[in-house]
Amino acid sequence: MADVTITVDGKKVTAPAGTLLIEACKSAGVEVPAFCYYPGLSVQGACRMCLVRIEKMPKLQTACTVPITDGMIVITATPEVHQARKATVEILLGNHPLDCPVCDAGGECELQDMTFAYGAAESQYMESKQHKEEQQWSPVVFFDRPRCILCYRCVRVCGEGMDVWALGVQNRGVASLIAPNKQDHLECEECGMCIDICPVGALTSGAYRYKTRPWEMNHVGTICTHCADGCKTTLGVRRSKGGMEIVRGDNRDKSGINGDFLCIKGRYAFDFANSDDRITQPLVRRDGKLMAVSWEQAIDHVANRFKQIRDSQGGGAIGVIGSNRTTNEENYLLQKFARSILGTNNIDHHQTADYPAFAKAVAGKQNITATLREVTTAPAVLLIGNDPTEQHPLLAWNLRTNVRIHNGRIYIVNSGDIKLRRQARAYAQVPMDGGESLMVRYLGGDDSVASQLQSSSLSRDLLREFRDKVKGEKELIIVFGSELRGDDVFRLVKWGSAQSAKFICLGDYSNSRGAADMGLYPHLLPGFTPVSSNSAFAQEYGSLMPGQAGLDIQGMFSAAKSGKLGALYIVGSNPVARYNIDPFALKNTCIVVQDLFLTETATIAEVFLPAANAYEKAGTYSNTYGDLQLLKKAGDLAGVRTDFELIVRIADRMGADVHKLVPFGKGIRADMGQSRGAQSGEADQHLVWLSARNLEPKLSPFDPEALLDEIQRLVPGYNFSRLNLFSGGDVHTLAPEFSSISQPSSPESIVPANDTLFTSGTLGRYSNTLNSVIENRQATTVEAQIPAD
Amino acid sequence: MKTIYTPTPLASHPDEVRIISKRFGHGAQNIDRYIELGGYKAARKALEMQPDDIINEVKASGLRGRGGAGFATGMKWSFIPKQSEAPKYILINGDESEPATCKDRLLVEYDPHAIIEGVIIAGLAVGAKLGFIYLRGEYRYLLEIMEKAVADAYVKGFLGNSIFGSGREFNILTHTGAGAYEVGEESALMESLEGKRGLPRLKPPFPAIKGLYGGPTVINNVETIATVPPIILNGGKWYVSFGPNEKNGGTRLTCLTGHFNKPGVYELPLGYPSKKMIYEVGGGIPNGRKLKALVPGGSSTFLLNQEEAESATMDYDWFARRGEFLGSGGVVAIDDQTCMVKVALRIMKFYQHESCGWCIPCREGTDWLKKTLTRFHDGGGVNKDIDQMLYLANNMAGRTFCALGDAAAFPTISIVKKWRQEFEEHLDGKPCPFEPVSREMAIA
Repeated sequence: MADVTITVDGKKVTAPAGTLLIEACKSAGVEVPAFCYYPGLSVQGACRMCLVRIEKMPKLQTACTVPITDGMIVITATPEVHQARKATVEILLGNHPLDCPVCDAGGECELQDMTFAYGAAESQYMESKQHKEEQQWSPVVFFDRPRCILCYRCVRVCGEGMDVWALGVQNRGVASLIAPNKQDHLECEECGMCIDICPVGALTSGAYRYKTRPWEMNHVGTICTHCADGCKTTLGVRRSKGGMEIVRGDNRDKSGINGDFLCIKGRYAFDFANSDDRITQPLVRRDGKLMAVSWEQAIDHVANRFKQIRDSQGGGAIGVIGSNRTTNEENYLLQKFARSILGTNNIDHHQTADYPAFAKAVAGKQNITATLREVTTAPAVLLIGNDPTEQHPLLAWNLRTNVRIHNGRIYIVNSGDIKLRRQARAYAQVPMDGGESLMVRYLGGDDSVASQLQSSSLSRDLLREFRDKVKGEKELIIVFGSELRGDDVFRLVKWGSAQSAKFICLGDYSNSRGAADMGLYPHLLPGFTPVSSNSAFAQEYGSLMPGQAGLDIQGMFSAAKSGKLGALYIVGSNPVARYNIDPFALKNTCIVVQDLFLTETATIAEVFLPAANAYEKAGTYSNTYGDLQLLKKAGDLAGVRTDFELIVRIADRMGADVHKLVPFGKGIRADMGQSRGAQSGEADQHLVWLSARNLEPKLSPFDPEALLDEIQRLVPGYNFSRLNLFSGGDVHTLAPEFSSISQPSSPESIVPANDTLFTSGTLGRYSNTLNSVIENRQATTVEAQIPAD
Repeated sequence: MKTIYTPTPLASHPDEVRIISKRFGHGAQNIDRYIELGGYKAARKALEMQPDDIINEVKASGLRGRGGAGFATGMKWSFIPKQSEAPKYILINGDESEPATCKDRLLVEYDPHAIIEGVIIAGLAVGAKLGFIYLRGEYRYLLEIMEKAVADAYVKGFLGNSIFGSGREFNILTHTGAGAYEVGEESALMESLEGKRGLPRLKPPFPAIKGLYGGPTVINNVETIATVPPIILNGGKWYVSFGPNEKNGGTRLTCLTGHFNKPGVYELPLGYPSKKMIYEVGGGIPNGRKLKALVPGGSSTFLLNQEEAESATMDYDWFARRGEFLGSGGVVAIDDQTCMVKVALRIMKFYQHESCGWCIPCREGTDWLKKTLTRFHDGGGVNKDIDQMLYLANNMAGRTFCALGDAAAFPTISIVKKWRQEFEEHLDGKPCPFEPVSREMAIA
């Protein structure tokens, strides 16, 4: 719409006609207070805090409901306006329990702030306040009715934002109250958005309530370690006897790609970090038992075994399995360590999407990949496979926001009946096991598959209509899940790029894209560079690196079974459980596991090295969309080491040139958030280690930033500007600009994680919150079944 | 459950000008009788007229909304867009909940076809094909009468696919509320009719542009719409002549309740002197008492003291000049033995109970006013309460989402201001000076 100019408190502001006055005021630097108004949600006009004087209007007007018109003159700073707001605060405080000293929201409560700003120092009422007992609605949601000021934010964010509609309003007048949709409990996605958005302490979280005061925490903005969307989460961290304790996760400052959105995992499932099951001492198997040893002993043991096996049997007798949750720097370092020091290409990771095929399909094309942000505003999105509501909650949120606010058109191809169907302009429910693949061929013009796609709910006419609609979209983003692999991906990209579509390939864990980009493949170096090519890597990594592809995970286990694998170095992965491996098949292999917990794989290890998790270290993550973000360290857990440090220490003890592995010592110690945690004793630990080795204490070999130069220099697509990254923003990595990528890995090697909203691989199993929600849902389901019988 | 229906007794006075009440008590619920008494002629006439001519006739009549707000009816109709993709609707507000107002119920009870005929004419005027008649929940016993009238009109072919054989379509649906005062507010009425919580909507968009189910909607009070047929039949000029000027045309049903010797519903011309209304039409105050206060048009209006009540004229202008409102026609006389604190309390109890709870000033304000007034009346008042009540009411007036906040604030403001002395007489634990009498009135 055309721009108009208004005057707010004497300042001229220009904004598009129709902008809400409250937003226009904000851009003029004039803050208009509001309880019920929340950007992106429907307008209520209920709290009456945003009253302002508009010239030529008889009454005070609510700035949250008035669209601006040209020449509008607005005055917000008058005694009349101030008085009106004060009166509203006073009347709210009439029934509001003044239990601020113990209330979770105390210190970050909007009602407190408004009382501070407008003053309501005296209590005019003699009558007692209305009291109601607190209620628990779910494992994570508690409701304290007396504190509620009825702003309806929770109702709207749950309904409009989440499309869950689990909250409503009961009764009327002063007896009105927010109520859950199922008598006394919530049946919802447990996202906690209602708690987060509550301006007061009426909705509180089971995980956080009565634990701390907001000002007792350090607030560290980092990236969630669960799904592959990469939400920014601000962790509230406190000191504890073990180092640090994360007590809260939210993103109230709305920075990052997710705004204020977080799902249950981002908001609560950090609690695995403080699980009692965390191992905090290195373990070495002696007499068949894992025994606690010192770090020196453990590292020595590992280095000696690796060195001995490499030197006696060659690098091909060692296998390496990387992680979907370690940082880019760690992944890069791991494969560099494997290739240049262990001398093997036997490196793989739990693959959840066919990134190599995708990389090959988009190679050399400009503007071919879409960011996660773009999904929110794209005019049209085609979603093939996957269920974002369960697996990519932020993507689902962005799609819903797009439909609700930007009128986007969503087209869905899925074999199931996924929740996003409600937002879809057209929905093609295709047959299970391969329907998505057939649909790609159909979309590409292959009518011969139509008969296989047809069903009672999908007639030939509907199919054709679906294809015509999608084909008519000029600015389309195509999002596809791991249902599409290999040739399907090529076919899809070929068809879509003909109409200038952009693409998104969905993988499953926080840095699965990073693991792929950094070359945790037996046949691919970082940036999907074939191992056999004469690449820059080959020149830099030295002579030990084999020129042929190594073994993939299955290959490694077969080799182990036949006694050909001397050692297996497993970093942050649990292949024994994931691939259902018989532990006895590994009895002749030296298993070294770096992990947080004694997983199924760890229990058969010869050496277990307790590792730090994503919240205990710095680095970068690439989400599945290719958006790179900075991980900041929230704090330390005594006894554990980062995977980065462990790899460097093993290499060092093997006698490798650490300088060559991690080109440190150059540059300025501009840490990647390394020392910003609740405890920053880490720097001192480095100093001791460095000075013992006569090394320059500038950029430590344990500082992931020391590797960033090399990654940016060598990895295609990663030559981004660091400014935005270091200021906490996200940068989109580009599609590699060459097309000499080798063939993708076999489709069977891709094993989707199939996590739900409430599971998250190994980490999820150690999250009390996730477990309590799962148990609670099972309990409710059983209860619900009884009357039906 | 079948409700036992007893006809409402009718009152009369020689000064009455019977335009819409002329068929009361003449069996006009029966469609044949209604036709015999001149019914459905206006609708037939309107079928021959151009839509704009119908609207202009209504404009010329000076007819203003009889629900209380007094918006010019012809003007309201002219706001409906001529072309609209969304269907247009006529919605009749029969959620007559304003305390002391009981006129619409007589129309539904004694002359339901006049309402139907009015709806048809409004539909022809704005190009709507569907009308809704929404009665308040408590009028469920009148629904049978209304529904029978609608059914009879269908049988006669006055409603349906070809009304009066004209080939033009018009339908009417009836609906009752669930007993909320707030739903009398036009946008909350639409929400209720759509099956949602009876909460007011944000305006704009106004109903004329985006109303019921998103379509342009005319919302008229029952009395307003029942006045349309005689205007079409006799002309706007004829109707306006009964009132003092072109902005205060015609007559309105005035409901005299409270301390009157002859309470009842009377059809009086606009501009009728209030003094005459009280002492002649209403027969004066019973038991030889004197008038202390007068509620001019439902409990949402500013109360008048005796002097004001005896000098007022019952038209929009007289009240507008004072920044007050003529209201809905519900006139309540309050005699000199009545405790005004208790009057304020009784009124506030109503609004506290009926506040929808949507916005803060009304939801919390009515509750604190009720609590304070209760304590005050029970002898627990302190001096600062009086100003505190004024403060609360002033902070509700003009600042709430819908007009209910104003409606709750105005009577309180006028009572505290005009009878402050009575409040002071309740201070320091003194018993209510009027208590025995008030109890007799059973006002609470």
